[in-house]
Amino acid sequence: MLKFIGKRLLMLIPVLIGITLVVQLLLEVTPGDPAKLMLGMNATPERVAALREELGLNDPFLVRYGRYIWNLCHGDLGNSFMTGRPVFSEMIQRFPYTLVLVCISLFLSVVFGIPLGVFASTHQHTWKDNLAMFAALFCVSMPAFWFALMLIQRFAVKWRLLPLSGIASWKGWVLPCVALALGFTATITRQTRSNMLEVIRQDYITTARAKGVSEVTIKYRHALKNAVTPVIMVVGGMFGMMLGGALISETIFSIPGLGQYTMQALNSRDYPVIQSSVLVLSLLFAIVILLVDIIFALIDPRIRSQYISKRQKEARTDQKKEDQEKGAAHSEGR
Amino acid sequence: MSEELLEIKDLRIEYHTDESVIHAVNGIDLSVKKGQTLGLVGETGAGKTTIAKSILRILPGLQAKILSGEIRFEGKDLLSVSEREMRKIRGNKIAMIFQDPMTALNPIETIGFQISETLKIHNKLTKKEARKKACEMLELVGIPSYRYDEYPHQFSGGMKQRVVIAIGLACNPELLLADEPTTALDVTIQAQVLEMMAELKEKLDTSVILITHDLGVVANFCDSVAVAYAGEIVERGTVEQIFDHVAHPYTEGLFASLPRLDRRERRLKPIKGLMPDPAALPEGCSFCDRCPYAEERCFKTKPADVELEPGHIVKCFRVAGGE
Amino acid sequence: MEKKRKNSRLREIWFQLKTNKLAVVALIILIILIIVAILAPVIAPYHYAEQHPKDSYAPPSAKYLLGTDKLGRDIFSRLIYGSRYSLSMGVIAVAIAAVIGITVGSVAGYYGGWVDNLLMRFLDVYQSIPMFLLCVTLAAILGPSLRNAIIALGICTVPGYARIMRATVLTVREKEYIEAEKAINAKDPRIILKHIIPNAMAPIIVEITMGVGSCILSGASLSFIGLGAQAPISEWGAMISDARSVMREAPQLSLYPGICVMLAVLSCNLLGDGLRDALDPRLKN
Repeated sequence: MLKFIGKRLLMLIPVLIGITLVVQLLLEVTPGDPAKLMLGMNATPERVAALREELGLNDPFLVRYGRYIWNLCHGDLGNSFMTGRPVFSEMIQRFPYTLVLVCISLFLSVVFGIPLGVFASTHQHTWKDNLAMFAALFCVSMPAFWFALMLIQRFAVKWRLLPLSGIASWKGWVLPCVALALGFTATITRQTRSNMLEVIRQDYITTARAKGVSEVTIKYRHALKNAVTPVIMVVGGMFGMMLGGALISETIFSIPGLGQYTMQALNSRDYPVIQSSVLVLSLLFAIVILLVDIIFALIDPRIRSQYISKRQKEARTDQKKEDQEKGAAHSEGR
Repeated sequence: MSEELLEIKDLRIEYHTDESVIHAVNGIDLSVKKGQTLGLVGETGAGKTTIAKSILRILPGLQAKILSGEIRFEGKDLLSVSEREMRKIRGNKIAMIFQDPMTALNPIETIGFQISETLKIHNKLTKKEARKKACEMLELVGIPSYRYDEYPHQFSGGMKQRVVIAIGLACNPELLLADEPTTALDVTIQAQVLEMMAELKEKLDTSVILITHDLGVVANFCDSVAVAYAGEIVERGTVEQIFDHVAHPYTEGLFASLPRLDRRERRLKPIKGLMPDPAALPEGCSFCDRCPYAEERCFKTKPADVELEPGHIVKCFRVAGGE
Repeated sequence: MEKKRKNSRLREIWFQLKTNKLAVVALIILIILIIVAILAPVIAPYHYAEQHPKDSYAPPSAKYLLGTDKLGRDIFSRLIYGSRYSLSMGVIAVAIAAVIGITVGSVAGYYGGWVDNLLMRFLDVYQSIPMFLLCVTLAAILGPSLRNAIIALGICTVPGYARIMRATVLTVREKEYIEAEKAINAKDPRIILKHIIPNAMAPIIVEITMGVGSCILSGASLSFIGLGAQAPISEWGAMISDARSVMREAPQLSLYPGICVMLAVLSCNLLGDGLRDALDPRLKN
């Protein structure tokens, strides 16, 4: 298992290098001079040239890239062009907000999505299933930002139950999380349902039935366990989409998280911030995907056995030998 | 003569799909005696698996409709007992072994769990006792018991089928429905598994319905035979009766399409044509289109059962004698 | 002969699709939306930018079917014109993505080896950046405009098509008829075009249908945050963005365009679902 995790961690490195390269290249081809942007419209060409020199913008691409990576390794993400503050500390400060927003939303989606999907699948061919599925598709098709506005309009403007924006108290989190979670809940519902229906058709379910297992146990133990594993994979991918959604959500609800920071930087072309945001958010995404893979490997024995470390394997063969020597027919296992 | 353990009378089953109605089983009669093995022979799609599944009442509920018939098991009609009672029978008194061991086991549970699960359902056992019994079952089918905690993917096809058999026999059922238990296996493994089943059957005194399309297996393994064709049993009797006095043209065809070492024939004689579409069965005898002896009446009316000898029953005009 | 086979395949799909009532309804809605988009100047009572300062925030009436906004622009007309921008956003972005994706995917799958490896590793990097984040970044860097938003959307959604295409090619490549083509010395592009792409069509069509929906959705999001269609263009997302500031006074202004987006996306998704079932009956429940 450790070997598996180690291997996956190593695989992360080329991906991260790739991301930095892509972002650097993107900014390279962008029209507009950052030095000009920093100094404002009426800066003299001399001052711009001086600043360019100071920022090292005149160096060749690879030199700049190398310098960026070098700084990156020292935890230096550069300073914001706009505020002049170090990007790293700003991000550390903002990070918890985004994490809370995304995690709560993800939690909500899973907690509501999976049971709903199971419910729909167990009521297949009835109006309950049809209704649930249509509603789910409805929610998937709804623009999240629009839903957020509608929520604000109802709960904050009309009924004044919840704050319009900001997160002064827990109440402030309700609308952003619900708005972000809705579409993903629906996706999980759909996924769970179709997995359940797929699994229910498998031969091993018939075997379970032929063994005399009750329908309830079949559905909630045999089928659900098999159906949920792929959903976990989907949840990993969803985390990335939620980070994307957080850009808008945090802007709408004025949550001082990474999303809002990124949006502000994008609007003002604050390159160091844009670069770091993309990198950090992608890194976060990659870590989550890694976690999901590990969880997946823990749940699914087929993957687990591929990555059982050598030592464990040896231990097991020894055990086998022992058993054979003893001829232990009724050993209580490993 | 021992008593009848299972008796099926006039069973009719249809599958309803979006497009059509499939007549899967059309009024079959079958019986299995205690301790005996019945070979149910026929081509793919003849309704063999449907018959087996209907005995356990595990047909897909929404599509399959049992139109008529009764399935008497130890005096009870299985088609009319409650679902709860039925659950007590499944896996306990009647167990089933499925065709494809690759898919018949739950991939994310240990094989030990899958064997002990059926034990725990039907017997009041503690976890430990169930485990002990399951280990015994594993040893019985030739798998060392230390593999209890392993998962299906760690086993080969033949070993998986052994596990499936262990699940089937775990509660020492009266009747075992074996649905082509060896078709998905390599030829060499097939023999091993069959051998083992035969031994276990003797040991545990279980009756077996062995579904197969291999007449060789039937000859070695079974006491009586039923030949299924297009949802009907066209001929049934003891192995001797069928093998020595073939009566139905279809059975005859089955034998003719077998390679035989004791006769010098250049070619096998396959039965011409295909089985009729079960959604549109012919009006007369279901075999009439392919029968080399078909007469006019064969196309118009269905032949009735004719008992040639006690126990040897044939559905054909030819054996009934001309009028 | 070839053509006939294709026709019958299409007919079969259509036959399957017809049994799915929701999908048919979705198809009809989409067709209506497309017609509306094409005929917008004919149908719409006013031009989308036409202002009637006297009729600011007019209620729905015979003159203004759905009322007007702050500048007195007719909402109904703006919605009709909006279908042009929103739909074209979805369709063009998907077209860009599909063309690039299919090319990349078939090249990777067909040639295999280092080409495949290189392209796939690149896609891995690409997909490790959250899609919408990449899209927003691209759109911002290219500069906010409808055209650039479409390009950004197109570029960001390439991987899905590439992966589907590659997977299909890998399975088709091993088939005998490809061997046969090779044996008669057919050129690679011919094999890809004539045999591999038609085989990959089924999953690609589903992906495209769903893709149009999700691009309309993402496109609206881009416009909403000011990186897509610019004023006075009445793209639906941009309309919601406009209406946001006057949510207290005129909440209905953000309601209508949102419903339009939802209707279009929902139709695409329903049709996509229906097509998937029709193309692969095995998946049907």
